[in-house]
Amino acid sequence: MTPLEIDSGNTAWILTSSALVLLMTPGLALFYGGMVRAKSVLNMMMMSFGALALISVLWVLYGYSLAFGDDVGFGLLGNPTQYLGLEGLMEDTDASLPPMAFVAFQAVFAIITVALISGAIADRAKFSTWLIFAGIWATLVYFPIAHWVFDFSLDAHVGGWIANDLAAIDFAGGTAVHINAGIAGLALAIILGKRLGWRHDPMRPHNLTLVMLGAGLLWFGWFGFNAGSAVAASNSASVVWVNTMVATGAACLGWLLTERIRDGHATSLGAASGIVAGLVAITPSCSSVSPIGAIIVGAVAGVICALAVGLKYKLGYDDSLDVVGVHLFGGLWGTLAVGFLATAAAPAGVDGLFYGGGVDQLWRQAVGAFAVLFYSGIMTFIIGFLLHKTIGFRVSEEEERAGVDESEHAETGYDLGTFGGGRSLSYAGSAAGQAEADTKNGQEVSA
Amino acid sequence: MKLVTAIIKPHMLDEVKTALESFGVEGMTVSEASGFGRQRGHTEVYRGAEYTVDLVPKVRLEVLVDDDDAKDIIDVLVKSARTGRIGDGKVWSVPVEEIVRVRTGERGLDAL
Repeated sequence: MTPLEIDSGNTAWILTSSALVLLMTPGLALFYGGMVRAKSVLNMMMMSFGALALISVLWVLYGYSLAFGDDVGFGLLGNPTQYLGLEGLMEDTDASLPPMAFVAFQAVFAIITVALISGAIADRAKFSTWLIFAGIWATLVYFPIAHWVFDFSLDAHVGGWIANDLAAIDFAGGTAVHINAGIAGLALAIILGKRLGWRHDPMRPHNLTLVMLGAGLLWFGWFGFNAGSAVAASNSASVVWVNTMVATGAACLGWLLTERIRDGHATSLGAASGIVAGLVAITPSCSSVSPIGAIIVGAVAGVICALAVGLKYKLGYDDSLDVVGVHLFGGLWGTLAVGFLATAAAPAGVDGLFYGGGVDQLWRQAVGAFAVLFYSGIMTFIIGFLLHKTIGFRVSEEEERAGVDESEHAETGYDLGTFGGGRSLSYAGSAAGQAEADTKNGQEVSA
Repeated sequence: MKLVTAIIKPHMLDEVKTALESFGVEGMTVSEASGFGRQRGHTEVYRGAEYTVDLVPKVRLEVLVDDDDAKDIIDVLVKSARTGRIGDGKVWSVPVEEIVRVRTGERGLDAL
């Protein structure tokens, strides 16, 4: 057999996409960080950066094997030792795309999925428990589900059940990423309980400009997320790119219109939220709908999610930054939308209900969506509950009032006050120490 | 001597400052303040959840003046800070016992 040459165009696009998707996690940190109160901004951002650090290590050690190793049975899990430490993947192979490029691309999906969950437990989680949770959750929930959804069978390789046996279409992770993180966020929000003063104390976002910047970075990175999922610099990637752009624009408009009618104003937080809702919904469906279909997917997502974020007040769970309202509902809608709006003219080549394909694709979509929802929901609840009852998931009341930045990280996000944020005494102390040191060095200290 | 304090709308600061300078006032202290009067605060909406913001941003401007000038300066402040809309603020004065210029040690009217 003649060895294939590496396709440099595809490889360049996948490596670029991987870096784009990696940037989404710091973008998410800004998006979430701006939405919390000033006293918890660092903890909020650290939950994302913590996931970035931890999951990148776990992915290399065994995560990639669990997700993309040969199936060990029923399409449920990859062989955990197959690519242990990725030792065997460094050699030049005859593949057109180097295996490591695919490893890189899928790694950043695992990272952001874990980071997404943190929005549900703002202002009150212990950072140490969050990291332990992140590691266990990635191992028991994300890696297996990534195998179900993203691991396609090829030649001798046997992949996961949703991708191959069920043949649900989830192009870039409506189920594996968004429904998964959304329901996990709901489980953790219930386990940790409401923040002190929820619905009573003011908890408005402390910095909406950070939120807007974060939403912008997410949108930018999402082109890697979706168009990169074509795993080639191809026509399919190009269609997906345009669908991703237009669905997001439509969702932003849908959210703003809903707000304008309901509350009287179109808000910047609504625009940022609408952008993310649209990105979530087009994630599973970007390869199977037309650009007009994408506009419908996006616009409906904007309206559904804008309404869904109000559910927590009716049902009484403190999903602080609306992981459920945006990711769970957006993910469910986008995944099911494939069953309605898919057209055979799009790269995925399948007709949905509205294009004369009947309910065949719709039931596959529903089974995939709800399988992930139930597995993730139950597993997250068990993991979170055990951690909460043993090492504790929530900071003490006193620490929560003072702010998790101070209690968990011994830092303050901003020091903008004239008097050093009320810390003049400790600064005076260190300044005196510095003056002493300067004198010792023989420098003149001016009074 | 009197301390005249004015709580005004932040965007009126430049106008008030200019008016005081034209009157001949040579120094003032300005600080950011928050508060509410009869206008109360306002309502903000985030993702459909309403928040009542009671404390509205204001500017506090303080001037030390000779007793003879106090009434005129209050008039200047009131006239320049007025927009006629709710939330324009308040101006008041209180007697001051002693004033010392830190650099020279001058006291009383000499320190103004």
